[in-house]
Amino acid sequence: MSREEIYKALIEIVTDINPDEDWTQLKMDDPLRGKLESMDFLDVVMELRKRYGVEVPEADYGKLSTLNACVDYLFPKLNK
Amino acid sequence: MKDDKERIVITGVGLTSPNGNTLGEFRANLLNGVSGIVPYNIRYFGDTFAGLCTYDATKYQKRKEIRIGTRAGSISIYCVCEALADAGVELGRDYAKDRTGVFVGITEHGNVETEGQVYEISQYNYDTKYWSHYHNPRSVANNPAGEVTVNLGITGPHYTIGAACAAGNLGIVQGVQQILLGEVDVALSGGVSESPHTFGIFAAFANQTALAHHEDATKASRPFDRDRNGIVISEGGAMVVLERLDRAKARGAKIYGEVAGWCYNSDASDTVLPNSERQAECIRRAIERAGLQPKDIHIVNTHATGTPAGDIKECDALRAVFDETCNETYFNNTKSYIGHCMGAAAALELAGNLPAFDDKIVHPTINIDNLDPACALRNLVCNKPVKVDKVDAILNNSFGMMGINCVLVVTRYEA
Repeated sequence: MSREEIYKALIEIVTDINPDEDWTQLKMDDPLRGKLESMDFLDVVMELRKRYGVEVPEADYGKLSTLNACVDYLFPKLNK
Repeated sequence: MKDDKERIVITGVGLTSPNGNTLGEFRANLLNGVSGIVPYNIRYFGDTFAGLCTYDATKYQKRKEIRIGTRAGSISIYCVCEALADAGVELGRDYAKDRTGVFVGITEHGNVETEGQVYEISQYNYDTKYWSHYHNPRSVANNPAGEVTVNLGITGPHYTIGAACAAGNLGIVQGVQQILLGEVDVALSGGVSESPHTFGIFAAFANQTALAHHEDATKASRPFDRDRNGIVISEGGAMVVLERLDRAKARGAKIYGEVAGWCYNSDASDTVLPNSERQAECIRRAIERAGLQPKDIHIVNTHATGTPAGDIKECDALRAVFDETCNETYFNNTKSYIGHCMGAAAALELAGNLPAFDDKIVHPTINIDNLDPACALRNLVCNKPVKVDKVDAILNNSFGMMGINCVLVVTRYEA
């Protein structure tokens, strides 16, 4: 997957998780914590597991702090 | 005469039923013979019938709240918000939020979530890594009431009352009692059901030979008819605002009626089969507690679900209480329109009859093509509404599995 495709996949996931937010306004380096609560974040991990077979170990949760950080983290995992 | 502080009145009604999302719509459909039962298909079980609600959940909930919550929680929130609006009660202004209680009757809770999650992980070779982390808050027994408190910021008590198909009445009784005990000043009480969203209840009733079948969905629920063959499973909810009469009068509230009497008891005889003697005992005590006699009851809303044996048992109980002196007592049934709304049934069925205090019309029992002689109660209102001279007291029957009975008497409020 390209970085753009990963970005789109992430937006699709967070939109499903919190459809009340306008995710198009989120900048690539904005902290996700402001828009995602802790349970929402667990949903992101679950959806990555279900939709793309990607495992995010708890020790790596801190690496998913922004959209950019997520794309950086997921790019190698989704292009193995 | 009781002091106004010891009299509890209903001042708001919020509901969603398979044939109406407001009391006005529900009542109109009950008077016009409009069924809410539709064909339904559910995984594992297949084609059947059900009563489903079409309320707009987004009226009171954010989409995320709907996603992470339960259907029963969403129905509870909708009904409570509608009831508060109907009563003109603004929490925080008319009543403190820490003096507000939420008491929701349920037949069962958690089956929908558990079955749904088992199905979900079945798609992943039963790997529990795919089990939702929301399963616990969704499946705790207090979930439907708890979702209301989270939605509205209510900090008083909340819990559910598990009482099978008598739960809707018991939810109301619980609210009355909590006010009388001084634990809360206002109670949001009633019952809800999300039962059609899991296959288990359909399969269990089918295997018990107690699930209704008919070529026409709208005719499948037919209590008291000779050809009745079982229950139609439905969802729904009805929540009422309960206040002390003095507080209701002080704020100029519209008063639907007074919860004048109630009784709950146990059959202690069978887990499934009802017991006419205990039912009759429960009905008598509720009437006595209201300070009335059977002849003072003008509408009896029956519990009858459309099972061959259960309907007869209830009729036996009613005949034992309402003798030939009860000329002005009329009997009806609401499940013939909406099926069995389980935990919501009693509260919904009471709500559908409350307008009779004003319009003096007894809504009928529909789908009676051939009245079963064993169910031929005198003054059973069949297929067409009946206009009566007066409606001063409504008795609402509800009976459930494990032999739980709960009967409520609501009287007209005279200013």
